Amino acid sequence: MTTASDRPSASEGVNRPHSHASKTGKGVGASLRRKEDARFLHGRGRYVGDIAVPGMLEVAFLRSPVAHARLLGVTKPAGAQDRVFLAADLPEIAPIRAVSALPGFRVSEQTALATGKVRHVGEAIAACLASSRAEAEDLAAACEPEFEVLPAISDMLTARAPGVPLIHEHWAENVFLETRREEDLSDLDAVAAAKVTRVLRTSRQSMAPIEGRGVLAEWDTRLEQLVVTTASQQPHVSKTGIAEALGLDEGQVRVIAPDVGGGFGYKAILLPEELVCCALAMRLQRPVRWLEDRLEQLTANANCREHHYIVTAWADREGRLLGCDVDATVDSGAYSSYPFSACLEAAQIGSIFPGPYILPRFRYHTLSACTNKPPILPYRGVARPGVCYAMETTLDALARQLGLSAEAIRAVNLVPKEAMPYRNLVGKHFDSGDYKEALRRAVALVDVPKVRARQAKGECVGVGLASFCEQGAHGTSVYHGWGMPMVPGFEQAQARFTPDGVLELRVGLHSHGQGLETTLAQVAHEILGVDPARVRLVHGDTALTPYSTGTWGSRAMVMAGGAVAEACRQLGERALTIGAALLQAERGEVELAGGTVRRRGGAGIALEEIARTWYRRPQNLPADVDRGGLDVTAGYRPDPDTGTHSYACHAVVARVDVETGAVTLEDYVVVEDGGVLVNPMIVDGQVLGGTAQGIGTALYEEMPYDAQGQPLAGTLADYLLPGATEVPDIRLDHMETPSPWTRFGQKGIGESGAIGPAGAILNAINDALAPLGAEVFDLPATPARVLAAIEAARR
Amino acid sequence: MKPAPFDYARPADWSAALALLAAGARPVAGGQSLGPMLNLRVATPEKLADLRHLPGYAGVTQQGGTIRIGAGTTHAAIEDGAVPGRLGAILAGVARRIAYRPVRNRGTIGGSLAHADPAADWVAVLPCFRGEAVVLGPAGERRVKLERFVTGMLATALSPEELLLAVELPALPEAARWGHWKFCRKPGEFSKATACVLAVPGEAPRAVLAALDAPPFVVADASALCAAPEAEAARLVAALDVADPWRAAIARTALRRAAEAAS
Repeated sequence: MTTASDRPSASEGVNRPHSHASKTGKGVGASLRRKEDARFLHGRGRYVGDIAVPGMLEVAFLRSPVAHARLLGVTKPAGAQDRVFLAADLPEIAPIRAVSALPGFRVSEQTALATGKVRHVGEAIAACLASSRAEAEDLAAACEPEFEVLPAISDMLTARAPGVPLIHEHWAENVFLETRREEDLSDLDAVAAAKVTRVLRTSRQSMAPIEGRGVLAEWDTRLEQLVVTTASQQPHVSKTGIAEALGLDEGQVRVIAPDVGGGFGYKAILLPEELVCCALAMRLQRPVRWLEDRLEQLTANANCREHHYIVTAWADREGRLLGCDVDATVDSGAYSSYPFSACLEAAQIGSIFPGPYILPRFRYHTLSACTNKPPILPYRGVARPGVCYAMETTLDALARQLGLSAEAIRAVNLVPKEAMPYRNLVGKHFDSGDYKEALRRAVALVDVPKVRARQAKGECVGVGLASFCEQGAHGTSVYHGWGMPMVPGFEQAQARFTPDGVLELRVGLHSHGQGLETTLAQVAHEILGVDPARVRLVHGDTALTPYSTGTWGSRAMVMAGGAVAEACRQLGERALTIGAALLQAERGEVELAGGTVRRRGGAGIALEEIARTWYRRPQNLPADVDRGGLDVTAGYRPDPDTGTHSYACHAVVARVDVETGAVTLEDYVVVEDGGVLVNPMIVDGQVLGGTAQGIGTALYEEMPYDAQGQPLAGTLADYLLPGATEVPDIRLDHMETPSPWTRFGQKGIGESGAIGPAGAILNAINDALAPLGAEVFDLPATPARVLAAIEAARR
Repeated sequence: MKPAPFDYARPADWSAALALLAAGARPVAGGQSLGPMLNLRVATPEKLADLRHLPGYAGVTQQGGTIRIGAGTTHAAIEDGAVPGRLGAILAGVARRIAYRPVRNRGTIGGSLAHADPAADWVAVLPCFRGEAVVLGPAGERRVKLERFVTGMLATALSPEELLLAVELPALPEAARWGHWKFCRKPGEFSKATACVLAVPGEAPRAVLAALDAPPFVVADASALCAAPEAEAARLVAALDVADPWRAAIARTALRRAAEAAS
């Protein structure tokens, strides 16, 4: 990674509200090295797979080999009746029902083990227990399930075809939800200078965190509590879901999320496998563990992304968008997953399609199709990578028709900074930013004239752009309308001094790569001046932390950052009261500075001493001391809570080998504005990692299914992920326009990198292919697809 | 993804190894192909015979103009220069592009050849060298020309009771020219088309086209290919009747680029 230009100084557009970063190099804005890295780099992280307890049983699941069938019965292996459990053996588990309040939503019931029917390959049918996973797999292999195979729906576009079987037989059709916005666009043909229609498809992907899912369930007989150690990015939501499904009080469930090896949305989902382990641990009074293997992750569980679009767009002579008509279908799979439901992805498409642009007229129709595939789960960026791909490739098609540059058509459509804050026609509320400046910088950083010169010499090389914005940390006002099992509210954080003056922060969300152990310490340092080395973050345990919906939606730094700041502010007030008394000063005469309470301009008393006084020398406390002590829980929510909008422009130079269809990324630039960056180095890492995943979406990752609903990529030799050799040297440039709505001006940026690559890379490929009259429409742009496009243009 | 139960034996000498095979054991060397197949329960042998500790199984020797590479020689050893001379330089270049170093550290040339995945690198390259496979069976040693060793998808000239001892290749003059081209979208992906061309002064050039889900296709006299790479590559691939147009296209490209590199 190289930095494309110097980070802007604290002048243009940047208004850092505090100054500790510059004074101490440890507060908001400092590229502090990550506190958590020592344990990760030395292999001392502790994951579910590292935790074994005496008497533990391992689970292997018998999974459906067919996509759609009646399950007529399962013969358990002889002598193993008490170690193999079917749905009928575990009636205490209620089906997972992830509802949405959107009108017309059809509710699926996902039983933890298949009941009556199987609806996708990989659906769990039986839980097999043994003292080792290998023996448990032997048991699973010896089970004999009996099926009456039914025709499968493996292509979402056929979900409503006449005569297709119903996946959920009490439904009227294989559709979770349709949403629409009607607007008559029939007059645009007459007035538009350009009109394009594109039919586009994105692949079904599988999220691939290095650590799969894993769960260890134990029943604590002393506390009468189910202790669930699970790889979760939303431990409190997992706890609520487990309690509901098993009919337990929430206090009877404790969820511990230890180190988690990548979340990306997959670790947000309540899995049937978790419920089975919990029920078995209670039933058998023994610890029960399931560790997902890569085959299960790829083919049974971590599915995501699959979209289909028919987009028509009209523009005037300058490229100004006059209107868009979008028909989008999402392959939602067989069940609605908890807590985000089966319709989040498709229904979101309508509201985010306009992206960072001014769109005056808009009609959309979205369909969440039910198919015989695993449930679709929200992956980093959720619907945005697909939407950005559809919008950005359509814009380039318009530009080619109008003879405009890719930069020009974006520049006339991007929301200008003068219009901020801006509310678009579907109600998205943009907080701040200079979208055109990001575009200008990205174009300036790639050498467009050189690409044009090479093209003139006949080289098959192209440049592509993608502009987008990312709503992050959107809260109650946005989500209550979805009516999902989970609505984010005030985020809480707890801040307290221990008797030796160490600052302990407790948050209910989870850090699994985001570096929150460092960044939240930086926030605390910003407020209290405590050295980040003396700040401990407690997270990942519902017994020790305040309730939170968890880490998702690019919200952690905005929400927990704000909550920690507020808790620390209140803790500081209490420390000032005690400190003033110890200094024999008036409350108004003292201030917090450098980790001390001091008389303005005078001598100070360390926060350690104040902590010691509260806990161990209470005789020295003043009469007016706050009886809450040095322990504060505070809540925070931005106002308005409609979300921050980070934004970016990706610019790519790609070369195409016209003989093989192979694509080489020669240059990759990201200009990103995440508001005030709490730790710029960590933000760089977030953007780079997300961009690598987006490169996977653009060029590599695809889980094909055959007509019978069989997944065809069962290993990472078939399901290609970009590796170090496939990710180019990505050059980053940052703008820092503060959000006016958040505590430090920070914006959510966690998902951003994954959003832009598909659009930018496909635009670069299509720019390279334009002289041949060829265009690629489907993701990923594999060599076979690129070559087929070239061949089609030749015919 | 845990293997089904199997027994494991480590024969101390070759007769013990042959006895294990006669009793139905499946041989394993580096385990880089068989290991994943065991884990996926695609292969469920009752017993494995681990050949890695047999005397002389790994290592390279030269006698006159013949270089003998023990079947247990790892890709990494070849990459690091175990094979002498011009041949060694060529083989090191092939080895360097086999998957990743951790795979090369354990995977062996003989294991790869005997496994006979059509996309495997040694399967694709070795028939180019006018060499022989040295095979040990109950009746003693026999030799099989390398271009006839792989007979199909995961099928070889070995009978279930036989072991691959070594491959013997002719040493090459420094003037030998070599072209090798394979198509993988990333390291570690199975090749979708591999071609190589060897031009030794005074001999007819040879070519191999492989990784097309079929045994390697050997062009014993590739003079025409070297003279007119584009047209001849197109003609050769058309004759093979490759169903997928993209595979046919990269097969043409592979042959042409390998021929151009060798000329």
